[in-house]
Amino acid sequence: MIKTGFVERNLKILFPLPAVLFVAVMMAFPVAYTLVLSFTNWNLTSGAPPAFVGLRSYARVFAEPRFLAAAGRTFLFTALAVACEALLGIAVALVLDREFVGKGMLKLLLLLPLVATPVAVGIVFSLFYDPTIGLADWALSLVGLPKGAWVSGAATVLPSLVLVDVWQWTPMVSLIVLAGLAGLSPEPYESARVDGANEAQILWRITLPMVMPTILTALVLRTIDALKTFDIIFAMTGGGPGYASETLNILGFKYSFEYFRMGQSSVILVVLFLVVMASSMGIMRLRAGTPA
Amino acid sequence: MKKLFAVLLALIAVAFAGAQAKELRVLLANHPYGDLLKAAIPEFEQASGIKVDVEQYQESQLSTKLATEFASGSSTVDVFMTRPLQEAKMFYKNGWYAPLVTYDFSDFPKSALSVVTFGSRTYVVPIVTEWEVLYYRIDLLKKAGVAVPKTLAELEAAAAKLDSAGVAGIASRGSAAAAVTQMSSYLYNYGGAYLDKGRAVFDSKPAVEAIRYYGRLLGTYGPTGVTAMSWDGIMPLFQAGKIAMWTDASVFYGQIVDPTKSQVPAQDVGVADFPAGPAGNTPFISVSWGMAISKKSPKQDLARQFLAWATSADMAKRGLAAQITMARDSPWLDKTVLAKVNPSLVATRAFAAKNGVPYDRPYMSAVGEARDRIGEVIIESIDTKGESAGLEKKAADMVAKVDELLEDTGELGVQ
Repeated sequence: MIKTGFVERNLKILFPLPAVLFVAVMMAFPVAYTLVLSFTNWNLTSGAPPAFVGLRSYARVFAEPRFLAAAGRTFLFTALAVACEALLGIAVALVLDREFVGKGMLKLLLLLPLVATPVAVGIVFSLFYDPTIGLADWALSLVGLPKGAWVSGAATVLPSLVLVDVWQWTPMVSLIVLAGLAGLSPEPYESARVDGANEAQILWRITLPMVMPTILTALVLRTIDALKTFDIIFAMTGGGPGYASETLNILGFKYSFEYFRMGQSSVILVVLFLVVMASSMGIMRLRAGTPA
Repeated sequence: MKKLFAVLLALIAVAFAGAQAKELRVLLANHPYGDLLKAAIPEFEQASGIKVDVEQYQESQLSTKLATEFASGSSTVDVFMTRPLQEAKMFYKNGWYAPLVTYDFSDFPKSALSVVTFGSRTYVVPIVTEWEVLYYRIDLLKKAGVAVPKTLAELEAAAAKLDSAGVAGIASRGSAAAAVTQMSSYLYNYGGAYLDKGRAVFDSKPAVEAIRYYGRLLGTYGPTGVTAMSWDGIMPLFQAGKIAMWTDASVFYGQIVDPTKSQVPAQDVGVADFPAGPAGNTPFISVSWGMAISKKSPKQDLARQFLAWATSADMAKRGLAAQITMARDSPWLDKTVLAKVNPSLVATRAFAAKNGVPYDRPYMSAVGEARDRIGEVIIESIDTKGESAGLEKKAADMVAKVDELLEDTGELGVQ
């Protein structure tokens, strides 16, 4: 009886407690622990126990040219990938929004890249890009173009990786935007047509503004994911050739598991965490500013 | 009733302790010897009554797994394969290896033991040694009228003659960190070194000359995209008949001539000593894999029993018969075993064991990062076909970086 009373009195606390505990243990703790580690000089190669060094690990990481280059590369990769995916994704969604034969089959095919494992995608594309036996160069030769270096050239590696990301994730943008398009009310279209608006005007003045909140949601999801991209890059190039495809996530991995500089790798991960959070908040603010 | 319960509890405890005591957790690498051992473990289990739980990982994943488990202090690993030149210094410093006080090391070359001995104690049993050799296509060299190169100058001339649109004249690892190990023999044969007396010295005149040569050779006659290639990128090309010569570790011979994987018949693949350079011929011969016991393992006796079996002379003979270049001396003296091994490979081992250097990379705790730094210089050289005007400066900058790493780990100036 007493026990029942306790539960009833504390329902407000007890019901959300599992969720709160889950978030605390699985999400807040690792982030907080990484933050604490970033203020230490923990380095397994020295054999010394970790010591608190304030902001010294931050200073050392920020002074490393590889870090700044990796940060720039992370932004470039994200900007290129998300821009291509947004443009192509919206275009495909607009096409799929119309009725035509084979639409169901096309939608099903669009799902395929989404369900593929990124590492498997990376391996398949590595073969595709292979400079000696790959299909990509063979395809170029068919149309009389010279061979490309693809992922083995410092100048071409990043665009080649963006292409893989675009192949895999454009369908997701399409599907989200398509869901947004399906939910639009028909009245504005009818009045626009009565007023004599043409298709282009309807697209620019009605469809896109109305579906913009959905587009921005898709962009937030893709931006967060693209900033954190790891598996495709790691499987295909490991950050190479040289450091030409080394993003912050790859650099963080190398600092942790190849260089064993745990303190400094935590600095990189804290910075990446802040960048992802700031970017998503920026886009969310943009979304809040658009009419619902 | 209480008595019965107590007896039952005691029985469970004994059974549990027994089961625990007779079980070992062993971590192996995805390496021909790891595969051989894994297949043979049931024999050990039957003979000893010890159950062995085997986990197998790719080499860098194995390092990461071990370091993470040991650093967290929660490891249950008992015995593991380890790469002495890559991780022994770090593992020793952190106290992760148990000293092997009672092990009989008399069957191992001294140079192999020198990298796993700290103070007066040895911590790792060397399993596999590797040395750098020249693999070449007998048929292609014959067709072009080229003799097997004996010097680096001849190697470059042969590569130029053999290079064609469909076949690269020569290959060697070009991917930054991976290139460091196979570049080492070129470096030594030019009279250079990565480290000397605890300081980075790969910006010396002979060292930079060697790096220029390596860049010119691979940049001009290497396969397309060589700066992204480690051995696993070169192997399929060689097996597909698209490479005429290849300098790499001896351990790959078995795979190269495996008829299920290669389109090139075994009789067309030759193996020769690494070519001599201006300063002589001292290719690397290093212990690529060893086996150790975790210091934290509560089952030291069982672990020692497993280690003795897994690194025994008998297992080494089985390894060599399977074309794995074992570290022990005795299999290389056993005529019945040697009958199964390519005599040219045996000859290259004899040469490297007599003249070689026991390091294929800078021997230091922070070797992972040091390899990336040296790799930067190598990539610059390959990208510019050895012509880079800034190579000396780049090498000097990277020497400063590696010295900084040595200082961070308390190894600067320590031999």
